[in-house]
Amino acid sequence: MTQVKMTVNGKAASGDVEGRTLLASFLRDNLKLTGTHIGCDTSQCGACVVHVNGEAVKACTMLAVEADGADVKTIESMANADGSLNTIQQAFQDHHGLQCGFCTPGMVMSASALLKDNPKPTVAEVRHYLDGNICRCTGYHNIVKAIMAASGQDVSALAAE
Amino acid sequence: MPKDGGIGASSKRREDIRFLTGEGNYTDDINLHGQAYVFFLRSDIAHGILNSVDTSAAETMPGVVKIFTGADFEAVGSIPCGWQITDKHGEVMQEPRHPVLAHGKVRHVGEPIAAVVAESLAEARDAAEAIVLDITDLPAVINMKEAVKEGATKVHDDLTSNLCYDWGFVEENKGAVDKAFEEAHHVTTLELVNNRLVANPMEPRVAVGDYARGTGDHTLYTTSQNPHVIRLLMGAFVLGIPEHKLRVVAPDVGGGFGTKIFHYQEEAFCTFAAKACNRPVKWTSSRSEAFMLDAHGRDHVTKIQMALDKDNNFTALRTDTYANMGAYLSTFAPSVPTWLHGTLMAGNYKTPLIYVNVKAVFTNTVPVDAYRGAGRPEATYQLERLVDKCAHELGVDPIALRRQNFITEFPYATPVAVEYDTGDYVATMDKLEEISDMAGFAARRKASEAKGKLRGFGVNCYIEACGIAPSNLVGQLGARAGLYESATVRVNATGGLVVMTGSHSHGQGHETSFPQVIAEMIGIPEDMIEIVHGDTANTPMGMGTYGSRSLAVGGSAMVRATEKIIAKAKKIASHLLEASEGDIELKDGAFSVAGTDKSVAWGDVTLAAYVPHNYPLEDIEPGLEETAFYDPSNFTYPSGAYACEVELDPETGHVTIERFSAADDFGNIVNPMIVTGQVHGGLAQGIGQALMENCTYDSDGQLLSASYMDYAMPRASDLPFYTVDHSCQTPCTHNPLGVKGCGEAGAIGSPPAVVNAVLDAMRSGGKDVGHIDMPVTPARVWAAMNS
Amino acid sequence: MYNFDVEKPTSIADAVKALGREEAQPMSGGQTLIPTLKARLAMPSVLVSLKGIAEMQGICTDDAGRICIGGGTVHAVVAKEAAAQYPALAGLAARIGDPAVRNRGTIGGSVANNDPSACYPAAVLASGATIVTNAREIAADDFFEGMFATALDEGEIITEVKFPIPEKAHYEKFIQPASRFPLVAVYVAKFADGVRVAVTGASENGVFRWTEAEDALSGNFSADAVAGLKIDGSGMIGDLHGTGDYRAHLIGVMTKRAVAALA
Repeated sequence: MTQVKMTVNGKAASGDVEGRTLLASFLRDNLKLTGTHIGCDTSQCGACVVHVNGEAVKACTMLAVEADGADVKTIESMANADGSLNTIQQAFQDHHGLQCGFCTPGMVMSASALLKDNPKPTVAEVRHYLDGNICRCTGYHNIVKAIMAASGQDVSALAAE
Repeated sequence: MPKDGGIGASSKRREDIRFLTGEGNYTDDINLHGQAYVFFLRSDIAHGILNSVDTSAAETMPGVVKIFTGADFEAVGSIPCGWQITDKHGEVMQEPRHPVLAHGKVRHVGEPIAAVVAESLAEARDAAEAIVLDITDLPAVINMKEAVKEGATKVHDDLTSNLCYDWGFVEENKGAVDKAFEEAHHVTTLELVNNRLVANPMEPRVAVGDYARGTGDHTLYTTSQNPHVIRLLMGAFVLGIPEHKLRVVAPDVGGGFGTKIFHYQEEAFCTFAAKACNRPVKWTSSRSEAFMLDAHGRDHVTKIQMALDKDNNFTALRTDTYANMGAYLSTFAPSVPTWLHGTLMAGNYKTPLIYVNVKAVFTNTVPVDAYRGAGRPEATYQLERLVDKCAHELGVDPIALRRQNFITEFPYATPVAVEYDTGDYVATMDKLEEISDMAGFAARRKASEAKGKLRGFGVNCYIEACGIAPSNLVGQLGARAGLYESATVRVNATGGLVVMTGSHSHGQGHETSFPQVIAEMIGIPEDMIEIVHGDTANTPMGMGTYGSRSLAVGGSAMVRATEKIIAKAKKIASHLLEASEGDIELKDGAFSVAGTDKSVAWGDVTLAAYVPHNYPLEDIEPGLEETAFYDPSNFTYPSGAYACEVELDPETGHVTIERFSAADDFGNIVNPMIVTGQVHGGLAQGIGQALMENCTYDSDGQLLSASYMDYAMPRASDLPFYTVDHSCQTPCTHNPLGVKGCGEAGAIGSPPAVVNAVLDAMRSGGKDVGHIDMPVTPARVWAAMNS
Repeated sequence: MYNFDVEKPTSIADAVKALGREEAQPMSGGQTLIPTLKARLAMPSVLVSLKGIAEMQGICTDDAGRICIGGGTVHAVVAKEAAAQYPALAGLAARIGDPAVRNRGTIGGSVANNDPSACYPAAVLASGATIVTNAREIAADDFFEGMFATALDEGEIITEVKFPIPEKAHYEKFIQPASRFPLVAVYVAKFADGVRVAVTGASENGVFRWTEAEDALSGNFSADAVAGLKIDGSGMIGDLHGTGDYRAHLIGVMTKRAVAALA
């Protein structure tokens, strides 16, 4: 066992982990932050996306010991301080960008990383940015729309309802 | 004007708040004090004799609590099948025993052989690797047509063959159908494969078993679409636990699409092992495991023929299908290629004579069962591909041929035993032609051609049957369950309501849409109504959510219970208002006496029910809580017309979906936003089936598409924005809401449109191949273009 | 995963030392290795993480004008920081996997693994890059030795890859729809003294140079020059996503398109 220390959602967190403990498992099992989901084991579905030192990574494809000393942000930190939904989360609700909710934390974390780098993406850029996030419920239509709306762009003409 | 609340409003989903903030409570988020973890040692060969399972070395490994093998489950029941088919000779289907852990033989890659319960999942897996198996390989039975030949290797030695059943429908019509083919002016024949799929809800399955020795109570937390069904099947048929000692909880469930309907071995195992180990036992499926144990979908091989007269009227239809059951019969597997498929073969057309033959076959593959649409996509695909082929053979417009043969009068009794109550196929086709901008297609094709691409346009119609019912009929058809739904409506003293429904929401948004219905009925805000679902301890016996049944059946039960509430509340109001009960009207959350200004608020009535000081105690009981069970008198029949426009790169064979339009008739609609979202998701799965998804075995029974590295899940960049319209509405005539169901339509209606469009594009490039099988991958298109 | 110790050296020297331990295995971004470990297809007793080695990070230019990329540099950094000097390489890096993978996966890890469908080996080979290790420098032409096989010795790590910058270059990728790796991808690099064409995804022997196309293009750098060229499908990967013949055909199409993009 190795002790790891990191900042998670602005708070100091530590725990004893094995070499093989994944960051996703550390978050879910040690810290009980179960909003980070595990949907595959080949690093493709993206349900586990979190931010490590400000960048989107797949928490199921990073060892907990590799995050020692890092600043980690998970879905649990995304809402506004008063608990209300942030702009991206609100756009997902407004545009019905989620159904079962399982891929949603990863989608929100990826969307947040995208808009930080590219505040006014095109539809094609949004779609390609989501190559590592699989949703089985929505057909992506409303996810793409929500992200475009969260970027402040007019989505009324994106597609007829 | 968008409506503000109630039926017809696009109310935002309340469940989104917890999902968007990471506060959902999925089964894998549940960790019980003292829980142990199970890892299943699974067969890595498709077929073999299990000579021995030596666990002695594994028993001594660190962290091991207990190791189970098939021998531990000899006294335990078989995983049951919920539907018995009677074949064309009047014989019941062959039904093999389905053990919790393999015993004597392994029959598919992934079948559990031993289960190691340990202090951690990693230790369980470490120990599983120390189990020594002695297996004698047997030839794998993979190809269905080979499997039913005389002398073929048998998947189950105690059955007479690999043929589960040979179903004829309607058997009495066969002679007349064959005669119509002899007399036909034209016959179109099509042979096709409906590709095997993996449902792939993003949440893998999880089960947590718990047992309280002090009370003898069992609890199972599981990723299920229907916790009561699991309780009944597992309790009564597998483990022998009465319902009152078994609680099944399906909390937030991350998608189902059919594959979480069924009762699986891992659920029974965790429940059994929790008692045997006297501590909670948790199993979490990895995605790689899910590919080889969650029931697969589709996998039909079909020959279909249409007979037409000289005026291009459809005169008869016959089909011959081989349906893969896999190695065992999953919960509803036998019903999918039969009653959910044969009954839909009329489609939207007035073909007077139809005969359907289905041979269900055992193979050394994962069991196959319902996946979004279940039988209806298979019916729609073959019929709508066939109609397109008819049109091209006859040189007529595919849409005109469809219109000519549409059913236009309702109710309509089909020759395949069902009666469509309502529909307007002309209206949805008209709408489709409008929203798909057919008029602009020629210009778009020209633009594609200028880029060196081919462009194709394809349409299809579909008919769906949802809310399969009534129970007494489905019982005659072989169902070993009722197909009603339940709701208990509990009104609290201060006027808020809790609805305990037997339906289960795993993405469909019931927590939002169900309150809209009650809000409309009573005239109170939606946020006064809460939906409780997914726990057998606090909901009435319900059949769960699948087959687009929740609003049509579960919603109707809720309406019936609410009607009882309103009736009683009116009695209370009449007492409070000192008026005759017949004069009491409920509007906008207040009871009033007709023709007067006397009224009493909803909350005053509900308070009176629980604080019955001024109350007619001699006439009615205090309290305000009612339960209803609703058993529909017929299926509902959503229908629609879909159009797909593709661009095809002739050099690579790559196909992109440029436009997709869907005109649906779902009857009345409660939440248009949610309905649209359901269609989007169905379309993505249908397009995925048509272009990308393929579950493939090699001849040894090894699963080739066993992870997301090889099973192509559609991504955002693979799909377009969809144009969805549901303004054509012919309400269902036999349920109180007039709703029809919308969950599966997109997956049912889209594959033929995609393939028809691809073939159209290829024809425009001078290549008419007649048919191409799904998934229409670049490699297949290229091969077809160069054939 | 089987359990293992993790060492996190901060210098190349310490990494090499750590790799001397029994059953030690280097790990860079881990985007291929961690899924492999999850499937229990590898059983190292020590994983030596190369992520903390500052001297293996970042991009610079050497005296010969080559762009030199530290072996531990992630794809996202290459995509951004190589864009001005070597846009084709940056463009390739920008389309590997997905954004989260690009934030972890490294050039050194990709090249050392030499997956037959990886993107980077095509750029390395077509550019005639030099692979720098803790022990030596290896020319790209000598480095790739077949599917998952390279000239690296046990415990040898890629510390840097030096790319000569061609006059122009383009990477054309046709993806396998499930894994999103290339089904076939072609990297065409035009230098003053000739053209190099590298193909990934197609061959059972991993990345390779298509010399016929190079010869044709060196004389006449136009899509027409390769339009008639055919490559044999035998020896190409055949799987559920496409036959060897299909892959062979795609090599021609991708090459033509790469050249056309540079015209």
